[in-house]
Amino acid sequence: MIKLTPRDHQSKLLTAITPIIAVIFTMICGGVLFWILGKNPFEAIKLIFWDPLMSETFSDYARPQILIKASPLILIALGLSIGFRANIWNIGAEGQFIMGALISACIGLAFYPLENRFIFPLMILGGMVGGAFWAIIPAILKSRFNTNEILVSLMLVYIAEQALASASIGILRNPEGSGFPGSRNLNHYPSTSNPELIEGSGIHWGVIFSFLAIWFFYYLLKNHKFGFQIKLFGDAPRAASFAGLKTEYIILLCFSISGALAGVAGMFELTGPAGAITIDFNVGYGFTAIIVAFLGRLNPVGIFFAGLLMALTYVGGEISQFMLGIPAAAIQVFQGMLLFFLLSIDLIVKFRLSFTKQNFISRKD
Amino acid sequence: MKTNKSNVLQVINVSKKYANVLANDEVSLTLNHAQIHALLGENGAGKSTLVKIIYGLVKPDRGKMILNGQKYAPDNPQKARMSGVGMVFQHFSLFDSLTVAQNILLGLDKRQSSTSLLDKIVQISTDYGLALEPRMIVGDLSAGERQRIEIVRCLLQNPKLLIMDEPTSVLTPTEIEQLFNTLNQLSAQGTSILYISHKLEEVRKLCGEGTILRNGQVIKNFIPSTTTSSEIAELMVGKKVQSTIKSKSRAKNIILNINNLSIDSRTPFGTNLKNISLKVRQGEILGIGGVAGSGQDELLLTLTGESKVKKNTLFYKNKDIGNLNPQERREIGFLTAPEERLGHAAAPEMTLMENCLITAKKSKNLMVHGWINFTKTGDFANDIIKKFDVRAGDNKSLAKTLSGGNLQKFLIGRELSQDPEVIIVNQPTWGVDAAAAQFIRQALLNLVSHGTAAIIISQDLDELIEISDRFTALVNGSMSTPRITTELTVSEIGLMLSTENAPK
Repeated sequence: MIKLTPRDHQSKLLTAITPIIAVIFTMICGGVLFWILGKNPFEAIKLIFWDPLMSETFSDYARPQILIKASPLILIALGLSIGFRANIWNIGAEGQFIMGALISACIGLAFYPLENRFIFPLMILGGMVGGAFWAIIPAILKSRFNTNEILVSLMLVYIAEQALASASIGILRNPEGSGFPGSRNLNHYPSTSNPELIEGSGIHWGVIFSFLAIWFFYYLLKNHKFGFQIKLFGDAPRAASFAGLKTEYIILLCFSISGALAGVAGMFELTGPAGAITIDFNVGYGFTAIIVAFLGRLNPVGIFFAGLLMALTYVGGEISQFMLGIPAAAIQVFQGMLLFFLLSIDLIVKFRLSFTKQNFISRKD
Repeated sequence: MKTNKSNVLQVINVSKKYANVLANDEVSLTLNHAQIHALLGENGAGKSTLVKIIYGLVKPDRGKMILNGQKYAPDNPQKARMSGVGMVFQHFSLFDSLTVAQNILLGLDKRQSSTSLLDKIVQISTDYGLALEPRMIVGDLSAGERQRIEIVRCLLQNPKLLIMDEPTSVLTPTEIEQLFNTLNQLSAQGTSILYISHKLEEVRKLCGEGTILRNGQVIKNFIPSTTTSSEIAELMVGKKVQSTIKSKSRAKNIILNINNLSIDSRTPFGTNLKNISLKVRQGEILGIGGVAGSGQDELLLTLTGESKVKKNTLFYKNKDIGNLNPQERREIGFLTAPEERLGHAAAPEMTLMENCLITAKKSKNLMVHGWINFTKTGDFANDIIKKFDVRAGDNKSLAKTLSGGNLQKFLIGRELSQDPEVIIVNQPTWGVDAAAAQFIRQALLNLVSHGTAAIIISQDLDELIEISDRFTALVNGSMSTPRITTELTVSEIGLMLSTENAPK
């Protein structure tokens, strides 16, 4: 059987470059996967990682797309990372993303057809509140009844999806949409639209918001007592309680922040790239962001680059789908491999693996 | 005397290196037949590494061992037990919710029928005066009884060599007496015992021969009965250990008043506190003795503010502070230092600087409107490191990288530097080497001489007798009336600690 013993000394350098090693392993194994599918692995890898940025044919389309896809991933991952640092596991960002979008859509559509510059900021607020509201449910259940936050937050994703479906064929359905499901396109009204700010750049308010959020949380986590409390709670919960921190307070705080950020990501997605509430509005950003958070080492700056990288695999994946006919599922497997390799290399960095013939539980002091 | 002694175990030039530390450096040791051999040394001297090598838990880098004339190199504890080496650990590995017999059965390498096992347990426990009831649930037993289970478990395998790791640290004076009887009987019947301890008087009383380790090397083999305690201590530490200087007690006004405190433990098999009443005066040290698990942890948690207490039970300067949380208590000068260093008093993965913020953020103004002042925090950490002689890389070293003694010096320093009016310390010198322990005790005494009131909870009686003005004992969650320490005799203290006359 395999025995894990903690290493006395962890190489700092190794910890820092683990994500890069994981990307390399993913390229190799992904290449093998594509090769088994009968595709040229080198071409596929090049299409995913190189062409979106550098090729003349694709980059005009792909570069802005990377920013558009990276911004929700960064926002959500940033929020999740704060909880993960405190060992609080919000897995339901996808649901919070949906609820943020739904609440902000309700606000935007309630004012239709009024045009006023305060509507958009109000919708941003609504997105945060909606996401935070959905996230607070598992937080309260955890602090009151000690339920498992992973299960509750995950199950709430499916409830949110039902709410989304119901809203798009029910209260939010476009009255002028000849009965098709889906709301009015918020992009068509200046007050509720989140347009591309510089043409051809892909930059919309959400991208700017996510970059500001990275800077803000980087500064806050480093210099403010908030960052200290989160770290303390994650490292030693009993020391946190000795310091006078309330467990309930940390749980609620982490969930509301991650919910609010996921919700606001949903709001920017709704008013920008998506335009309208539809049954299939959510495309999995909330789950992919978990990979982004870990790939970024739960560090705001790391998450910034990890978000861009993950967005690259999305866009590159689309291109390789289009050029080589690689199935979408294979691209998802490819992204999953990234998390798999990251976590397994992490394990090897932290522990020494040895194989023993010992098959009984040995006593240790 | 030395004529007809055959040796049981010979350790020859054994070395073991961990990362950068040479834990055992060419250690040689001879254990004679039917002898109780003391292994002495400070924390980090290499005692545990050496016994782990003998018990097969650690493989040496170099050197060899000879057991009963044959080459001995156990791959694991099972092999060691089969060769006749048994070990009783300082921390027991028992299941609280199972019975004594079930626990013994689980620890055996060979399967046995439970009826024959029961007979054997009863026989061994009567033969060696190890009073045990096989059907009792372990969770309800005292530390002494738990230790007897471990000993019986070892004796069932007829060991030729029994290793005892700091066996008396959890026992009452009466239980220690019983243990010594058992050990003497065992050695008289031909079992060799390797006895690890840092309590010198015990070693002088019990052991026929001894070895002192320091920095991984054998410093001296000696005969305990003809060597004085101060000589042994000097050999262990490598320099003269100063004794603490205690200024005359100037106890003044009552500052802390615990009034009829009862609380149910938060953990199963924890100890409930029953009707505890105490008054502590400014400028005095109140020592609370008691064996492990008598309610010390529960008492400390109510004092830190982590466990809530009822109204009108906890008064500080005549104000009811029962509902204040730990931070609120700190802000009015009421400080505490828990026993568990890593994970409770300090966060292992945080730097010493960050660890300062856990308790000192307000009193030392280390944060302004929630923003951390890194310069001030760093300076504060450096101050502690300097004043309390903490051997650490710098203020950015992670707490977990410090040795137990150094971390304890840092943590005690963190609290003492905040000029507390009341300080409560649980096990101030647990697992700390003699020099550091003396330093910590002196620091506490100095603080108290300036009018601070201190409660010291400790399982080390010598420590309490040395520094406390009044002494009381915690037994099964109940507390006796405090008495002036200098007026107590050892036998009176023993009586106060014993469970027999305690209210159930």
